[in-house]
Amino acid sequence: MNVLKANFKYNLCWFIIMITGFYLMNTLIMVGMIDSFIENMLVTIWINIILAVGLNLIIGFAGQFSLGHAGFMAIGAYTTAIITQKTVSIGGFYVSFIVGMIIAVVAALIVGIPTLRLRGDYLAIATMGAAEIIRIIINNMKITNGPAGMFNIPQFATWPIVYVIMCITTIITVNFINSRGGRVIKSVREDEIAAEAMGINTTKWKLAAFVLGAVTAAIAGSLHASYLQTIAPNDFGIMESISILIIVVLGGVGSVTGTFLAAVVLGILDTVLQDFGTLRMVIYAAALVLLMVFKPSGLLGTWEFSIRRLFNHIKRRSV
Amino acid sequence: MRTILKVDSLVKKFGGLTAVSNVSLQLKEDELVALIGPNGAGKTTVFNLLTGVISQTSGTIRFREKEDLISLNNKKAYQIASLGCARTFQNIRLFKNMTVLDNVLVAMTNQYKEGFLKSIFRFPSFYRTEDEILKKARDLLAIFDLDKDMYKLASNLPYGIQRRLEIVRGLAMQPKILFLDEPAAGMNPEETADLTRLIRKIQKQFHITVLLIEHDMSLVMNLAERIYVLDQGKMLAEGTPSEIQQNKAVIKAYLGEEG
Repeated sequence: MNVLKANFKYNLCWFIIMITGFYLMNTLIMVGMIDSFIENMLVTIWINIILAVGLNLIIGFAGQFSLGHAGFMAIGAYTTAIITQKTVSIGGFYVSFIVGMIIAVVAALIVGIPTLRLRGDYLAIATMGAAEIIRIIINNMKITNGPAGMFNIPQFATWPIVYVIMCITTIITVNFINSRGGRVIKSVREDEIAAEAMGINTTKWKLAAFVLGAVTAAIAGSLHASYLQTIAPNDFGIMESISILIIVVLGGVGSVTGTFLAAVVLGILDTVLQDFGTLRMVIYAAALVLLMVFKPSGLLGTWEFSIRRLFNHIKRRSV
Repeated sequence: MRTILKVDSLVKKFGGLTAVSNVSLQLKEDELVALIGPNGAGKTTVFNLLTGVISQTSGTIRFREKEDLISLNNKKAYQIASLGCARTFQNIRLFKNMTVLDNVLVAMTNQYKEGFLKSIFRFPSFYRTEDEILKKARDLLAIFDLDKDMYKLASNLPYGIQRRLEIVRGLAMQPKILFLDEPAAGMNPEETADLTRLIRKIQKQFHITVLLIEHDMSLVMNLAERIYVLDQGKMLAEGTPSEIQQNKAVIKAYLGEEG
């Protein structure tokens, strides 16, 4: 029972951190220190965190190089847009959430079963192609309003909802990584032949990670559509997949803490540079190149922040 | 003692090249058998066939499952492994960026269940299973003196210890047969002596069948109860170490013909 007690302590700490974050945000908005401009930036960062944590699960932990994340995001976004426009209620929003996740699972299975046999760059091209197929289908359908996209989507995803969902998806992903399943997918990343020799069905586990990542992308898509209220097929092109990839690579492939940090840094950088017009992309790119030159493993490499380690460290210091 | 693995007229062709031709062999329970042969004789190919990494052109491999010998033909590598065949690799294949403990825990994957929902929402039963399996892994590591390196990354271990960890990882699967592919490769005499002791210990404590490929004759002659000699894909001889040392065909294969 001692194990339960110790873990309860760490979990409680995380819970307190999350609640504090929520109330801090709440107070700052009430005081007026966070206006709608900053709120918009923060919500975008949070949505990016959901996307990047899911992609990091696929790339960093399962070692499968996927470039099709935006495709699954589009599925979530369009499902929510269509359903909430038809039934304007918070219930409809949650239903659209679930439906988007289910469609994403089905799409991930259809994409993953044939393509996850491929390795490295081949897989990247195949998943990129799959995402393009999804985008082009959306582009040519009537119900999605074709290339013009959809607008006046009712806004149900307010900042508290996005915040809570970001916390939940992160908890789920991190808990998965630190369990039997997480160890298995890491072993598949390290050495597929050896994992196979340990009695592990590598195809099944790669698919599991891929599907879980796709589901988080769909969740982020739903929030994106509902928060921004306007979406178009071109929002979910290859550039979107790459900008999520940049967050993952910059933060450190295989570090969830790094993903958080990179999403925040890039989000702020993006906002600050808005005044520079076209020069913004040049500065942004230069910053990325510099970082990759001096820290090729990303900001944090595979380092993770852990409350358990922090506690142990403090204990050792005081002794 | 019962037969645990029975291989009949195994053939493997790579295009026009016959890498393994008509090889038959048998392993009994708790036996320590060596497979030797000159370079390119097809030893590793036989290992890969037995463990399902590649599939044979013809022939049968059968494995004891309780009272019956079941065929391993068309079974995938992970299915064969789950039946109780553990192996090590000629060029060490550890999970390099994972800790020593995690390496062993991965090998134990099929011995415990954590439901998906239980693990993502951290039910109390999750912590209990996790604690139990951790204890088991730690105990195993302690037997082989690896517990002090438990939280080190596998890639940071010295070469000899990496070899040892790979064997321990195989044992963590609770196998019935352990296939060792050149466990002494790249080791100095001292490390080889350590390894000899280690393999003896494994056999005594865990009661499993061991089949090993080895070039180091001192190790083979010291350890093996029976030896199979492979040359150019064919089974050349079979016998006890002393029989093999006397065998003219074997000497010819290794040293060439006289005069």
